Amino acid sequence: MQAAKIAERILIAIPVVIGIGIIIFLIMRLTPGDPVDIMMGQAGHVSAREIELLTEQWHLNEPLHIQLGYFLRDLARGDLGTSFTKGRPVWDLIKGALPATLELALGAAIFALLLAIPIGVISAVKQNSFIDRASMTVAFFGICMPVFYLGIILMLVFSVKMGVLPTYGRISYEVMLHKVTGFYMLDSIITGNWAALGSTLKHLILPSITLGFPMAAIVARVMRSSMLEVLRNDYVVMARAKGLREFSVIVKHAMRNAMIPTVTVIGLEIGMLLGGNMIVETVFSWPGLGRLVVNSIFVRDYPLVQGVVMVYAFTFVAANLVVDILYTYINPKISI
Amino acid sequence: MSQVQVSTDKTVLREYYLLRLRLAGINFLQFINKLRRHPAGMTGLIVLLFFVFIAVADPLIVPHNPKEVHLEDKLLPPAWMEGGKSEYLLGTDQLGMDLFSRIIAGTRISLLIGVLTVGISIMIGTTLGMLSGYYRGTLDNILARFADLLLSFPWLIFAIFTMAVIGPGFGNLVFALTFKGWVGFFRLVRGEVLSEKTKEYVEAARALGQSHFKIMFQEILPNIMNSIIVLGTLRIGFMIIMEASLSFLGLGIQYPEPAWGSMVNVGRNYLLNAWWISTFSGLAILLLVLAINMFGEGLRDILDPRLRRIE
Repeated sequence: MQAAKIAERILIAIPVVIGIGIIIFLIMRLTPGDPVDIMMGQAGHVSAREIELLTEQWHLNEPLHIQLGYFLRDLARGDLGTSFTKGRPVWDLIKGALPATLELALGAAIFALLLAIPIGVISAVKQNSFIDRASMTVAFFGICMPVFYLGIILMLVFSVKMGVLPTYGRISYEVMLHKVTGFYMLDSIITGNWAALGSTLKHLILPSITLGFPMAAIVARVMRSSMLEVLRNDYVVMARAKGLREFSVIVKHAMRNAMIPTVTVIGLEIGMLLGGNMIVETVFSWPGLGRLVVNSIFVRDYPLVQGVVMVYAFTFVAANLVVDILYTYINPKISI
Repeated sequence: MSQVQVSTDKTVLREYYLLRLRLAGINFLQFINKLRRHPAGMTGLIVLLFFVFIAVADPLIVPHNPKEVHLEDKLLPPAWMEGGKSEYLLGTDQLGMDLFSRIIAGTRISLLIGVLTVGISIMIGTTLGMLSGYYRGTLDNILARFADLLLSFPWLIFAIFTMAVIGPGFGNLVFALTFKGWVGFFRLVRGEVLSEKTKEYVEAARALGQSHFKIMFQEILPNIMNSIIVLGTLRIGFMIIMEASLSFLGLGIQYPEPAWGSMVNVGRNYLLNAWWISTFSGLAILLLVLAINMFGEGLRDILDPRLRRIE
């Protein structure tokens, strides 16, 4: 039964993915003016070969609906076209940059959740205490703080003034690492290269905190308010009356139920994590997808921009799918 | 059957409007009284009004032209530091432009983008949400699906992508931000209309033979206005962060225009010897967004506590 529901949910995601593809297609093609003209005018260094490549790749000689058909067909085949500036298939470039992005996103998510969930729980249990007020004030700042500003302030304090953490890249130039998977943490562990592991970790700290902080802020606030709601319920009072220890009342009875709204928010926050990722990668010169797309915007490498944005959007849909499925494990009563 | 005589006597109308005005006045005073008991909301409002004052008085209070280059005074530190000059309170950037004047001038850009994008989003979202929730049917189906689709795009990625295609600039920025911005209001209004529609006052209006247009915009709209105002206020802060992020990436408003985001970006290259450029420009964004969100949360607690759940 459960498997059938999961399959149904995946089937629902397919039209969403196609819809996203169509929106991207329309924005790219319906912008006033011929795409080739726009590129010629704005970049000024587009060669005849590139125009030919684009006309061929995007079937610009055909009517719009035929172009859309080709676009969707290529998408289904996983063919995202060829980058103008790098002369390589877009998918290859994405595959190369993806591990860096995932490593950073994972670092940020771990930082955010490890920090936010305990803080949310403690703030709710000790409502209106000093800890509660202080952490909710910090969380409010976290929501109002632009990601790039936080990154720069952290860089200024920990790198420029104190000199304890690096400002850019994934690993020091002096450290050699044999790349197996592209995930530097994993690669250093596989090859037993502890110097590389240390360097990777050091490089990961500031970008992860920067990217994870806004997520931590929102998750902590939601966790607190849903804990407060749950703690008022009869079954919590009952659990206490049974003489259970406070710790087990909170962790086993209250937290599990308070996690339900929190998981929804975490799913939505993954979108912010992906968007913020472009900024954090730019701030810390992190060689991932975000930097790839931002750099390709300035050289008008449209196939690359389009490809990376597609991958981002799909990741978001996939992440929300996973969250929906996780839901059923936390609360089997909810059908997805 | 006698027809009900509706008096259009001028004195009666005058009385009626005076009464409405007085009621509005009483409501406003009550609101201010409640806000006074909400310290965070009140603080937010005061700081926000200060920023609005700066934005309006901008040309009168800037000590220098915000785009004037003084190469002989480039990268000067703030006035209180060694080497700083009293005429450049917060120091200068790499072209010797006065940072203090630029931050003042940037207030106008940020507030304008925030208010404009949210204003347009409210107009589109409310109108479509109203029609969608009131009439249901095919229109509702199409709009709701489209809204869902736009929601499945992460905000910033969508905005970055749109700006990448249509190019930088003020108008394009407003377009890119409203393209997705209306969806939040659409969903809010649609949901509210669906529940308001079944209430007695709407049935009464219908029984009186009022037109659909009047029922939607004169009966239902005033009743859901509070939710729209609260969401709108909180969205202004969000839009300001979005604008700053796009300008930071070089996709929004471009240097040397005094947009805070692009100023932070320029300062990034001078962190080692001129930390003040990024620090103060970013601080301005943080303060303004803090003020708006504090005020917004105050509004929410007073006008529409139900919205707290949507966080």
